[in-house]
Amino acid sequence: MNKHNSHSYHGIPGWIYAVASIGGLLVILPLAAMVAKVNWAQFIPLVTSESARTALGLSLRTATASTLLCIVLGVPLALVLARGAFRGQRLLRALVLLPLVLPPVVGGIALLYTFGRQGLLGKSLELAGIQIAFSTTAVVLAQTFVALPFLVVSLEGALRSAGHRYEAVAATLGARPTTVLRRVTLPLVLPGLASGAVLSFARSLGEFGATLTFAGSLEGVTRTLPLEIYLQRETDADAAVALSLVLVAVAMAVVGLSYGRRRSRQGAAL
Amino acid sequence: MSFTFKAALSARKFDMSVSLADAETVAVLGPNGAGKSTLLGMIAGLLRPDSGTAVLGERRLFDLDGGTHPWRPPHLRGTALLAQDSLLFPHLDALDNVAFGPRSTGASRKAAREAARHWLAEVDASAFADRKPSQLSGGQAQRVAVARALAAEPELLLLDEPMAALDIHAAPMLRRVLKRVLRGRKAIIVTHDVLDAYMLADRVIVVENGRIVEEGPTRRILERPRSPFAAGLAGLNLVSGTITGEGITTPDGQVFAGQHDPAWLPQPGQAGVAAFPPSSISVFLGDVHGSPRNSFAVTITELEPHGDQIRVRADTGQHTLSADITPAASADLGLVPGMEVRFVVKAALVSVYPA
Repeated sequence: MNKHNSHSYHGIPGWIYAVASIGGLLVILPLAAMVAKVNWAQFIPLVTSESARTALGLSLRTATASTLLCIVLGVPLALVLARGAFRGQRLLRALVLLPLVLPPVVGGIALLYTFGRQGLLGKSLELAGIQIAFSTTAVVLAQTFVALPFLVVSLEGALRSAGHRYEAVAATLGARPTTVLRRVTLPLVLPGLASGAVLSFARSLGEFGATLTFAGSLEGVTRTLPLEIYLQRETDADAAVALSLVLVAVAMAVVGLSYGRRRSRQGAAL
Repeated sequence: MSFTFKAALSARKFDMSVSLADAETVAVLGPNGAGKSTLLGMIAGLLRPDSGTAVLGERRLFDLDGGTHPWRPPHLRGTALLAQDSLLFPHLDALDNVAFGPRSTGASRKAAREAARHWLAEVDASAFADRKPSQLSGGQAQRVAVARALAAEPELLLLDEPMAALDIHAAPMLRRVLKRVLRGRKAIIVTHDVLDAYMLADRVIVVENGRIVEEGPTRRILERPRSPFAAGLAGLNLVSGTITGEGITTPDGQVFAGQHDPAWLPQPGQAGVAAFPPSSISVFLGDVHGSPRNSFAVTITELEPHGDQIRVRADTGQHTLSADITPAASADLGLVPGMEVRFVVKAALVSVYPA
């Protein structure tokens, strides 16, 4: 299938292209402005400084951990929301999606009152000798909190459009529900799961507000790359710009890799 | 009986009871929305009725009338379902699709693939073993789906219009395959096609509006239909009424004279039907003189080609009858829809039998 078939009628009014270009520029122009500001002479030393490398490493580790957590928790959530039938299903969906529209700093405060020393669960955890707030675990929790809806939304959509006829056939062939999930459902929605995971990873990587509120900004422990950029901006603008570019590059690499893989897989299927 | 089923679901106005002997294949015929797929769904465990019980061999499938085994899940029923679409798992090749059933019920990968090869050979699909479903034609995919269902070694095979989505070239081959593999097996096949009933089934069940309206040996149902749907499949005109000396009288007083089995002695007032093929009707303009006892004034509603004949559908006021005449006769008579003509049927060609 060729989406760019210039021979067939596309029905888009000319002025739509004009507005669309403004929309595109709104995204591209600031990025270009930032790239123009990069101090290329100092770029390598700036992005390989001790604190920058520490922050980047922490960002990649925590974003990976929270993406895995999103998959472990998000797949069952999406299944229950897409296929289950129970009271309060719509309410649950609305609540799970809430972090999408919530200011991250509010999420951070909510997490603090749950896992903080005086929090709902924090008090008992403290007694058990576990302290979460202002630790790397807190960073992962904050990222998971904001990124989970991305995975749930895209996987739920994939599950709905896949329907459940394959699952019914698999069951009549003698497969128990867990086998059906592992051998039929998950392989069928793998593209949806992959794009959900990529979105979650990207969201985790960029997480700032909830992390700062709930985990603080301890170098090497909770200071991820966005926090480092924000901090550097006050003292060393060149470093902030250079690190921003690194973050943009990492995000683009992740998105590009996953899209490239999907494109080639579609090509192979044809 | 090795399979008994009785269930009701009020939301779909469904109430049927069905049973199968060992090695028996039953065809379920009926119009769209009659409850055919609902029946299969309940047997397979994909749809739960309000009440009823079902037993397959040693297994109690459900007992919703206060039993101790209220509901057995689909994967423990031994009832593989083959649908109109092959629904092969798109991420597995044909061999692994067929191996899915054995693999899911605990066979080793090697044993499952061996079984899959056997069943692929059984449906003449060995050549496609390595192909993904997207590389198979509709007929090939459906044969692989048959192999997949059989590889699960179901005690009862459920086929939901397996030929409906195939083009006319692929259907005969699948029908041959099914005829071979259904021999000696318990199976229920939902179909629209009278040929499937003739070729594949020992017995026919005709359903309408969620109920069984007629059942019996395939030959008898198609030669002596009692329901309008079965008569339509068999290509016969069918009118029902009460038996009288010369034939039957419809509720509105129309008399259809005909012949019945000499060994059968009808009770006066017994309900009966009269069946006669469209080819037995002659069409006349104006009054008819002579011996025919069955002569009805009708209004033509439709004319359509039917093989090398013209099928004339006409309304008697109470019934719709079909007559087949030659195109030449139709042209000579100048037949058009809306015209009033007479349909004449020789009593010797009308079969009368109990309803």
